[in-house]
Amino acid sequence: MLVYVIRRLLQSVLVLGVMSLIVFAGVYAIGNPVDIFISPQADQAEIARATAALGLDRPLWEQYWVFLRQAAAGDLGKSFAFNVPAIQLVLERMPATLELAASAMLIAVLLGIPLGLWAGLKPRSTAGRTIMAGSILGFSLPTFWVGLMLIMVFSVWLGWLPASGRGPTTLLLGVPVSFLSADGLAHLALPATNLALFKLALVIRLTRAGTREALLQDYVKFARAKGLTEARVVFVHVLKNILIPIVTVMGLELGSVIAFAIVTETVFAWPGMGKLLIESINVLDRPVIVAYLCIVVALFVFINLAVDLAYSLLDPRVRLADAAA
Amino acid sequence: MSREPTALARIASDFAESRVALAGLVLLALVLLAAVLAPLASPQNPYDLAQLDLLDSRLPPGSKSATGMTYWLGTDDQGRDMLSGILYGLRISIGVGVASTLCALAIGLALGLAAGYVGGRTDTLIMRLADLQLSFPSILIALVLLALLGRGLDKIVVALVAVQWAYYARTVRSSALVERRKEYIEAAAGLALSHARIVLRHLLPNCLPPLIVVAAVQLASAIALEATLSFLGLGLPITEPSLGLLIANGYNYLLSGKYWISVFPGVALLLAIASINLVADQLRDVLNPRLQR
Repeated sequence: MLVYVIRRLLQSVLVLGVMSLIVFAGVYAIGNPVDIFISPQADQAEIARATAALGLDRPLWEQYWVFLRQAAAGDLGKSFAFNVPAIQLVLERMPATLELAASAMLIAVLLGIPLGLWAGLKPRSTAGRTIMAGSILGFSLPTFWVGLMLIMVFSVWLGWLPASGRGPTTLLLGVPVSFLSADGLAHLALPATNLALFKLALVIRLTRAGTREALLQDYVKFARAKGLTEARVVFVHVLKNILIPIVTVMGLELGSVIAFAIVTETVFAWPGMGKLLIESINVLDRPVIVAYLCIVVALFVFINLAVDLAYSLLDPRVRLADAAA
Repeated sequence: MSREPTALARIASDFAESRVALAGLVLLALVLLAAVLAPLASPQNPYDLAQLDLLDSRLPPGSKSATGMTYWLGTDDQGRDMLSGILYGLRISIGVGVASTLCALAIGLALGLAAGYVGGRTDTLIMRLADLQLSFPSILIALVLLALLGRGLDKIVVALVAVQWAYYARTVRSSALVERRKEYIEAAAGLALSHARIVLRHLLPNCLPPLIVVAAVQLASAIALEATLSFLGLGLPITEPSLGLLIANGYNYLLSGKYWISVFPGVALLLAIASINLVADQLRDVLNPRLQR
């Protein structure tokens, strides 16, 4: 197990290194930031001074070397637009995004598993078919458009919920969060629902497929033959077995929720990392783009690692296969 | 070859078992027809500035223009008939989706066949690349690529192909690995046919059925992704307004209650994506041998 963990850690470090190179080389190719930050009337000397101040006059490999050395020390450069460390800018926005992502996942799992169980137990019933049709809709509706519709219905027409922003935040262990106050919760409701819909559809389908397959298995027949109540068969025998794939997929999907938060944050003006990324792309604020990508890639690598390890802890079959290999 | 029609007939009758899927197929046909016939079917050419009247801007659905034409779905901020804008937008959205799906299919098919048939180091290299690409969400990869490449029709197709090819490569590789061990391939190899002939004439046709489902699903997600990127302002330029751009344009007027500018393009987008998903869903069940009843 220890060897496995060490091997996975080394792999993760390698992925991080490769990604940093790709990200740096790629971002270097985006336009010339000096053109954007300096006034159009500036003369040649001023442009040269600005280029030198940003370190853009040195050769590419030297810039990468400086970038790597500083990155190792936790410094990803200063934002061209805000003149503060880029990593600080991204980290400041991270709690907002993580709160949104976690709320969305919670909604998806808490609603998705019961609905999926129902659809799996009664696939031919009207309710089962409705749930499945709804899940196709959840897959088909583009996130940003659902966001607009939510704003239109709940903010413009009904006036129940705020359309944008994060509302007041409360400090929880030094981290600002919205969900502790009623107003903050009202601000969280629409974006979290919006972000949850796609994952909700996914959980429903996973649960339904798993339930349908599990119902045909011998252990379920045996549990029924023992005369166990239907509730015990469903909630203990079936649910326990289908939870393994759901936990894995949800863990892996956490990364994509963080990525899709870019869209939701833009629609709802939620002050998270994703909105910052779009703003930075628009003004070619390279250090912030690089810092965002580095942090998100590190987050993904960490999540994948955690899911892999959790999986081998949850499922004894994987552990055995690993030991045999 | 004589069994081909019966297999097709079986697939058709299995498909028709679900009325929802049939409805999806009809809807899909209508959407495609609307996209193809947009220049003939729309009441106005939305890009011909001479036909636009700024005085008609932001009119609600059902209003009449000065010339007596009815704007059934209202007008946008430039006095453009929404119905015409949507039909043209649908054409662009579906065109981009189909073009990127076909390119990704071709690239994925070639790489997947190479990985499955050649095996060894080629296989490892291609599959590692696919794994790396699939471990990041498609929207993030497309967003970064577009930030690097800039806007444009060709660039968005490149970005969409870049996020899609791995799905095809993976699917083709897994069927190629199974098919490669079957007797007909051994027989073909025994006849000393060239590798190219074995791969293209024998292996390729037998790897296609699972790809059809993947292609259908990917087409829907390509259309949705393009719309999302255009909405974020990183997709198509203003001169080629896809549905995503129309919706983004209407976003500015949503809060003042002028819902039609972004709602109707959204409905068109939804119909296109949902119909493709409905058809793909039923195809998956019909073509999946594990679910044979």
